[in-house]
Amino acid sequence: MNTLLDDLHQMWRIRLLEEKVRELRASNDIVGSVHLSIGQEAGPVGACSVLGENDALFATYRGHNWAVARGVPVEGILAELLGRATGVNGGRGGSAYFSDFAHGFHGENSIVGAGAPLAVGAALAGKYDGTNRVALTVFGDGAMNQGAVHESMNFAAALDLPVIFVCENNSWSELTPIDEMVRNPILAERARAYGILGERIDGNDPSVVRDRVGDAIEAAREGGGPALLELMTQRLVGHYIGDPEQYRRPGELEAAREVEPIAAATRKLREQGTSQARIDEAESNARSEVEDAATAALQAPLADVSTVKEHLYA
Amino acid sequence: MRKLSYAEAVNAALRRCLDEIPETLLYGEDVGVPGGVHGVSKGLHKAFGDRVFDTPISESAILGSAVGAAMFGRRPIVEIMWSDFFLVALDQVVNQAANVRYVSNGTVKAPLTIRTQQGNSPGACAQHSQNLEAFFLHTPGIRVCMPSTPQDAYDLTLAAVHCDDPTIVIENRTLYHGAKAEVVTDGEVQPIGGLRKRRDGDAVTVVTWGAISRRVEEAAENAEVLETVWLNPFPWDEVIASVRRTGRLAVVHEANRTGGFGAEVVARVVEAGVRLAAPPVRIAVPDMRLPAAPVLANALIPDVRSIAAAISDLAARG
Repeated sequence: MNTLLDDLHQMWRIRLLEEKVRELRASNDIVGSVHLSIGQEAGPVGACSVLGENDALFATYRGHNWAVARGVPVEGILAELLGRATGVNGGRGGSAYFSDFAHGFHGENSIVGAGAPLAVGAALAGKYDGTNRVALTVFGDGAMNQGAVHESMNFAAALDLPVIFVCENNSWSELTPIDEMVRNPILAERARAYGILGERIDGNDPSVVRDRVGDAIEAAREGGGPALLELMTQRLVGHYIGDPEQYRRPGELEAAREVEPIAAATRKLREQGTSQARIDEAESNARSEVEDAATAALQAPLADVSTVKEHLYA
Repeated sequence: MRKLSYAEAVNAALRRCLDEIPETLLYGEDVGVPGGVHGVSKGLHKAFGDRVFDTPISESAILGSAVGAAMFGRRPIVEIMWSDFFLVALDQVVNQAANVRYVSNGTVKAPLTIRTQQGNSPGACAQHSQNLEAFFLHTPGIRVCMPSTPQDAYDLTLAAVHCDDPTIVIENRTLYHGAKAEVVTDGEVQPIGGLRKRRDGDAVTVVTWGAISRRVEEAAENAEVLETVWLNPFPWDEVIASVRRTGRLAVVHEANRTGGFGAEVVARVVEAGVRLAAPPVRIAVPDMRLPAAPVLANALIPDVRSIAAAISDLAARG
């Protein structure tokens, strides 16, 4: 098995899902705020490949990539965004706040940084339930300035809890450059203050992410406590669909397109001598899956209004 | 039957929960080894080891980790030392805990219990005196109760921990170390909900909750005093039936008047079409910050005399 080729396929699944979401948002089949993860495919593909079945994963509103990589069916995601009864939460979560426990995806979160304390709790539960669960919480560079994230890192450190804090640094805190919102732009260095492992790594290479996150998970599971990994990556699209992106710096996107994960993996595979046909297949297989999922999701019934008041309480 | 103070009754309920429910955890600031700043969790760390522990002073992490642990099968009981401290971490209650079951379409639950205590006591500053129950009652998905007697402190704590919804138990520190009372500690676990009729009377229905209930009980002559120890779920039918009988309604709470839950009680009774002999009355703190000096705070918080005067005035009107 060619791991890189498989990674490329996984990354195409994310990329093409997001492109489909953009198309369905443009046609107003999907409504509301949508935050695409185009350009940030390598982190989730690398990290989720080393998460175990009992491990926890908490993501953010830019979380479609993590859901797909974790194994949430694309059709369930699209149906959720389309407000269909067959959505992973029956239409209650939407683009920015869906979850799928059955597939190990413990939820997006639309409050910046709020998933970190939840992940601490999942890890805490694992101390008592015999699973030795590791909890991975992913958030953006902007969330590094949230109190809940600081509290969580210290809490997990103080209690030796196996929490992997993954910061996807795409250099933009929503519409504002992270390097203008901090004194020290190397966010991973904050780990030292909490007495935990901190590392800035290439977030565009799934194999680097796999190795480094894998090591952190292994150490945490053996009682080594939490870690902070800063994945350097880029967002090739706006903060939300419709963002005019007037804040972009000259040449930024052109440079980003050279190093973004799918371009980088494709180039590397060619250098390794993988045939163009196999490289194309990684994309075309993903495209058929997404197209079929979209067709099915669009045919599904709308969320059932008669159930709207159900499940508020036990 | 044992003679217990309010604090001892909470402690006994926590001990029983930790003993009978292996999934329970008890934690918070100074909750473990020190046994709580008010001594409520005394002895529990010693008895239950690492299921009872201290945490950093980090309310978001305390509440959020309790939500996360509850989503993963634990039954955490956490303490927010003063309800005022909720305000630095409300996100984890309102945006996280309250949404778990609903947004997951009923596939995930968050059975956590949050213990806190609130209200004024002599000398307490403006950041240690507030009564915030209305915040949580404005949040669908969260259960809320406010015990004011040792027996209710025991029963409601037990019911809260057994409840599968996120539940806030609001205690009161002025009650913790008061007189001991006989407490049944080996009864069945009660379901959530219900009220306590503290006095019989036919002139006025007085609805109240929290520590101020004790003052109301003393003050209300010829009134039916209903202490609604559970605020969510709220016993609407019983309250409305009582007002139908008496034709007069007063609501007494230590929280501020505007947006206080008393306004909701009045509104529901009116909406129910109950024929009133006189306009309903709210007896509450008059929308003020609370000053530290006891003489100043006492000028704002309803006392036995002012409650009695307001109720007898209501009884005489119409």
